[in-house]
Amino acid sequence: MNADRGKFLFVALCFVGLALYPLVAGKFGVDLVTKIMVYAVFALSLELLVGSTGLVCFGQAAFFGIGAYATVLLSPPADPAALAWLLPLCMLAAAAYALVVGALSLRTKGVYFIMVTLAFAQMAYYVVHDTPLGGGTDGIYLNAKPVLGSLMDLGKPLVLYGFTLACLALTFGFLALLLRSRFGRALAGIKANEQRMRATGFSTYPYKLAAFTISGGIAGLSGFLFAVKDGFVNPELLSWHLSGAVLIMIILGGLGHLRGALIGAFAFALLQEFFQSEAIFGAFAKHWLLGLGLTIIASVALLPRGLVGVMGQLRERLVGGKGSKESVDA
Amino acid sequence: MTLATFLIQCLNALQYGLLLFLVASGLTLIFGIMGVINLAHGSFYMIGAYMAYALAPVVASTFDGGFFSTLAVGLVLAVLLGYVLEWAFFSFLYEREHLQQVLMTYGLILVFEELRSLIVGDDVHGVAPPEILAGTLPLGEMMTYPVYRLFISGVCLALALGMYFVFTRTRLGMMIRAGSTNREMVQSLGIDIKFLYRVVFAAGVAIAVLAGMVAAPVSSVYPGMGSTVLIICFVVVVIGGIGSIRGALVAALLIGFVDTFGKVFVPQAAGVLVYVLMALILLWKPDGLFKAG
Repeated sequence: MNADRGKFLFVALCFVGLALYPLVAGKFGVDLVTKIMVYAVFALSLELLVGSTGLVCFGQAAFFGIGAYATVLLSPPADPAALAWLLPLCMLAAAAYALVVGALSLRTKGVYFIMVTLAFAQMAYYVVHDTPLGGGTDGIYLNAKPVLGSLMDLGKPLVLYGFTLACLALTFGFLALLLRSRFGRALAGIKANEQRMRATGFSTYPYKLAAFTISGGIAGLSGFLFAVKDGFVNPELLSWHLSGAVLIMIILGGLGHLRGALIGAFAFALLQEFFQSEAIFGAFAKHWLLGLGLTIIASVALLPRGLVGVMGQLRERLVGGKGSKESVDA
Repeated sequence: MTLATFLIQCLNALQYGLLLFLVASGLTLIFGIMGVINLAHGSFYMIGAYMAYALAPVVASTFDGGFFSTLAVGLVLAVLLGYVLEWAFFSFLYEREHLQQVLMTYGLILVFEELRSLIVGDDVHGVAPPEILAGTLPLGEMMTYPVYRLFISGVCLALALGMYFVFTRTRLGMMIRAGSTNREMVQSLGIDIKFLYRVVFAAGVAIAVLAGMVAAPVSSVYPGMGSTVLIICFVVVVIGGIGSIRGALVAALLIGFVDTFGKVFVPQAAGVLVYVLMALILLWKPDGLFKAG
């Protein structure tokens, strides 16, 4: 009970902090945190699959990219699009592709599943990369950012910040509720032992497919936010490098916890900013990947449960008790 | 398409496929036997290619060696590298989840790429093939075929046969096969499994490095070459069935031919063909063509 309250408090504090952040931050800070929150939504979408259902998807960038491309392609050439229909359409487009990919790839298991999802993502990548549909390798620009009547203009950085934060909070809340529902319990069961779930009378395939589709839709949402933020899309948004990076974020944060995805996205992006900073590293900042790589290796060696488990590890070290609650914490 | 061009494309496909097999065999060995998903495998290929470029002047000036001495020196360094890496980074990972290994090897990729950038720089380099192999063979009236490409295919075939021999005919191969089936059982029979793993890992690294070195004169040497080859090799391993050397050979040749002829006949869709092939094969056989064990 106590641990639950602690987790809730931690997440609530994070969101309050994010809401207050623009009061103290400059233009650069707002832009950076907007970007990180977009990645956090993206990481949450993958966490639903990898952490909660045990399905390791290595093609999540396809759904992200489709959401982003749909945003640009469905907007009118010169006028701003209406947010009220553009956003649902983008999420639907990504979810529709996820439905097709999931329906086919969920026939395979384990490493084979990882590779099939990669294959489908690569197909989507080559479609936008090699056809004139989305401007080919050059990508295309979003000329006018979507608006919600006269209420909201996503072209303004602060409005976009608030909107992204709201999307992140809603996604988090939605997933937290979903995982507590009967559906979420079934997913947890599938992750723990799919064979046994089937033996107890669950047809697991529809559950997995539903999770996959929902995850695709959420990834589409993050793609939408990304396209609106940058005003530009290119095929790299669908590349396996991005699928890999988001996987790294959630592993770094700690699998099996929604807040792990949140922490992971922030840690990954901030580490990147830190090692790229010329103020700290001078000319060596060019080789920022070296620092990032070494940090990741160190975190694997020292933090087997991800960043989420740090507190638990510290407590065990200090108290010395092995049977602490954290070890069975979900 | 004339017969001669067809023949040339076939030879190219064969050479590409065999090269892929060489890199992928190390990956499938490490995965099948040690259960480690090694994302850094492509980096070893990259390291090999850069060794072929950067070691050549060193070897030439110290003991007046040519291409083949560079190969030998590179191989020795690769075995050492593999042995040390296994000891430092992998030996504590076997009991952990697969995804922890993914994270670790991803970190290693970043480190290798940056070290490469620090030591050799970010330029694209060419590597000259050795003089004995620099010529071409006439094919038909108009066409010629570079001898060096035949040499690559020959090296790959020799290594494939060598691996087959080691696996099926030697005591070491027997222990490795046993180790891939049941780690604890092999250990309780008095075999030093840790040492065995270290040997397998070093061998896998050495094979990938060798592939990179041999490929350097045809592919040239460029940053990011590791990650391209990594993804294709994963495709090979998965199509062939994880842990199966025979499957890797068949899958690599299949991909070599599909990719080469795809580029000839449907150049606009060449990139995607390999992945379509993989998706189709896995939907037909969800465990790959030849499942090991």
